[in-house]
Amino acid sequence: MDFTIKTMAEYAAEGKAPEVLFWVGCAGSFDDRAKKITKAFCKILNKIGVEFGVLGQEESCTGDPAKRAGNEFVFQMMALTNIEVLNAYEVKKIVTACPHCFNTLKNEYPSLGGHFEVVHHTQFLKKLMEEGRLKIEGGAFKGKKITFHDPCYLGRANNEYEAPRILLEKLDAELVEMKRCKTNGLCCGAGGAQMFKEPEKGNKDINIERTEEALSFEPKVIATGCPFCNTMMTDGVKHFNKNEEVAVKDIVELLAEAEDL
Amino acid sequence: MQYIDNVIFLILLVAGFGLFTKSLLKIYRNIQLGREINRSDNKSERWETMARVAMGQSKMVKRPVAGILHLFVYVGFIIINIELVEIVVDGIFGTHRFLSSILGHSFYSFFTATLEVLALLVIIGVVVFFIRRNFYGVKRLTMKELFGWPKHDANWILIIEFALMIAFLKMNTADWVLQQRGLLPEHGSFPISSTLLGPIFSNFSDGFLFFTEKAAWWFHFVGILFFMNYLYYSKHLHIILAFPSTWYANLEKKGKFNNLESVTKEIKLMMDPNADPYAAPAEGAEADVPSKFGAEDIFDLNRVQLLNAYSCTECGRCTSVCPANITGKKLSPRLILMKTRDRLEEVGKNIDKNGKFVDDGKKLLNDYVTKEELWACTTCNACTEACPILLDPLSIIFEMRRFLVMEQSAAPQELNLMMTNVENNAAPWQYNQADRLNWAND
Ligand code: SF4
Ligand code: SF4
Repeated sequence: MDFTIKTMAEYAAEGKAPEVLFWVGCAGSFDDRAKKITKAFCKILNKIGVEFGVLGQEESCTGDPAKRAGNEFVFQMMALTNIEVLNAYEVKKIVTACPHCFNTLKNEYPSLGGHFEVVHHTQFLKKLMEEGRLKIEGGAFKGKKITFHDPCYLGRANNEYEAPRILLEKLDAELVEMKRCKTNGLCCGAGGAQMFKEPEKGNKDINIERTEEALSFEPKVIATGCPFCNTMMTDGVKHFNKNEEVAVKDIVELLAEAEDL
Repeated sequence: MQYIDNVIFLILLVAGFGLFTKSLLKIYRNIQLGREINRSDNKSERWETMARVAMGQSKMVKRPVAGILHLFVYVGFIIINIELVEIVVDGIFGTHRFLSSILGHSFYSFFTATLEVLALLVIIGVVVFFIRRNFYGVKRLTMKELFGWPKHDANWILIIEFALMIAFLKMNTADWVLQQRGLLPEHGSFPISSTLLGPIFSNFSDGFLFFTEKAAWWFHFVGILFFMNYLYYSKHLHIILAFPSTWYANLEKKGKFNNLESVTKEIKLMMDPNADPYAAPAEGAEADVPSKFGAEDIFDLNRVQLLNAYSCTECGRCTSVCPANITGKKLSPRLILMKTRDRLEEVGKNIDKNGKFVDDGKKLLNDYVTKEELWACTTCNACTEACPILLDPLSIIFEMRRFLVMEQSAAPQELNLMMTNVENNAAPWQYNQADRLNWAND
């Protein structure tokens, strides 16, 4: 990165607190594909001049995959540790690019003592746009066909369908909706800890079914708002040998590209 | 002997309602076998939800064809109930069309005419449903999991409703013709039966018409009692239980899964550097710890989940949107609820027979629901979104997963690896926590 990412510890040492804590998440920290999403988001924040901090080495898994697998012990161990760290920095507002982190921090941490304002990166950017801090122009995507895959943990789990679409509309692209979208959106197959295991026997993998649907519109881009959906759809596109023609990109990557960041 | 009709009527009425009450009490008892759950918060929102979803059928219109037809049949069900008032009074006191005496001539005409139109709509509804279900091949209605009783049950209900409505129209037609002939006082207006069946019935003799009127009346009455008592054995319990099920529905964000308090206590103790690991547990502390984590059998599920199992309409809207099911996996959220009900019924019969539950060596998990089904769920909430009466099969799947993992350590190997990684490296993959910020310097 051509600017420095500051940690909460560094802010604290200066006796300051950033506007928002960026919760990077495990995928965003370690997965090579997801790291690009992380960086794109940081570039946008940096460009607009939003002061943000990350936890860095002090961040751990929110516990989401353990919880969905049924392991409440491991989940709560993670949650209580994270809450201790977050509370120690007196964190008020958290933004994250991962709907699973978003859901867990927002819905499951409060009853364990973690009360924060948690927003998904698309919600955060939408707000900045409304405030006039973020300006988006179509650029590279003008007129191109984009379809958006709703992440279950942003959509059905938390009723957020509009923020990603509002951002995408600003790209002046041709937004096409799949038949199964919004409340009827089809899962990419990664949720509920499925990401970490082989799927059960069936006649197809879920991500193949989903990608097939997305590809039937012959889009230039399949837009995602979740690092796990991104992996699943990317695999799906490769499965159909379409990776030359169709890109799978997170919304913040599209925004960063439009702005040439 | 002139009161014999009235006496028979009363006996049937009392027996019918008595049996029905007995069934309801049994259902109530069985539901009480589950764990307690507090869902009495937000009362006004709960009433509103029930009014909108159960009475207003707000989720049915998502599939317009089925939604509108269902509305016909649902409204028809309500007529049967209004009709029942008149039937009961006439039956006990030997009156004829009692409501006409209190509603007044023109309003009674309006009332009977409305019922006639609704009866016709019900007939249209059930006929189309019958065709859709048996000949048209709507996938969710023809899946293998419905073979046997569930399929017959659905058809029986349609046939009963059809027969009830036909009897209703027959009764009205006979009455109307007799009124035309001046043999019965003129009460009511019968636009449907007079046009549909009237021409045929006009050829019949007075005696036969009187007989038909009475016979259809009795058929209608006995039919209603039968229908009511049949409900217990049927997926059509939803016409009653949809109301409490929507009232007790989960109002939280769908993504919010509950945190087990007993676990919180244990972990807080573990994390507290001042806690004495050898200290004896405080008095009464044991009592808070549930005997089990998660659910292995119906006793470990909560009462709302058991109520859900009785309320399920087996419509399969959940299964038809389940990503696992769509891609050929064994999981079907509808089947999870159907199996939960089957097991619950089995336990209920066991209690009826033995006075209390005697271990039968069976469990909901494994004997009814397999691990393979449970592990296929992506927790996507498509099923809970699709259910027209806000049932929550996902919560049952999730509780059973908890049991598998926390009580039996029986997760798939890859998930065990993931969980160990989370525990040791604070990430689901085997990376070092110290490397978390490496991306910033790439
Ligand atoms: S939550 Fe589970 S059972 Fe429900 S639709 Fe999704 S995968 Fe199927
Ligand atoms: S759970 Fe709901 S959607 Fe699924 S079959 Fe039962 S009533 Fe229908």
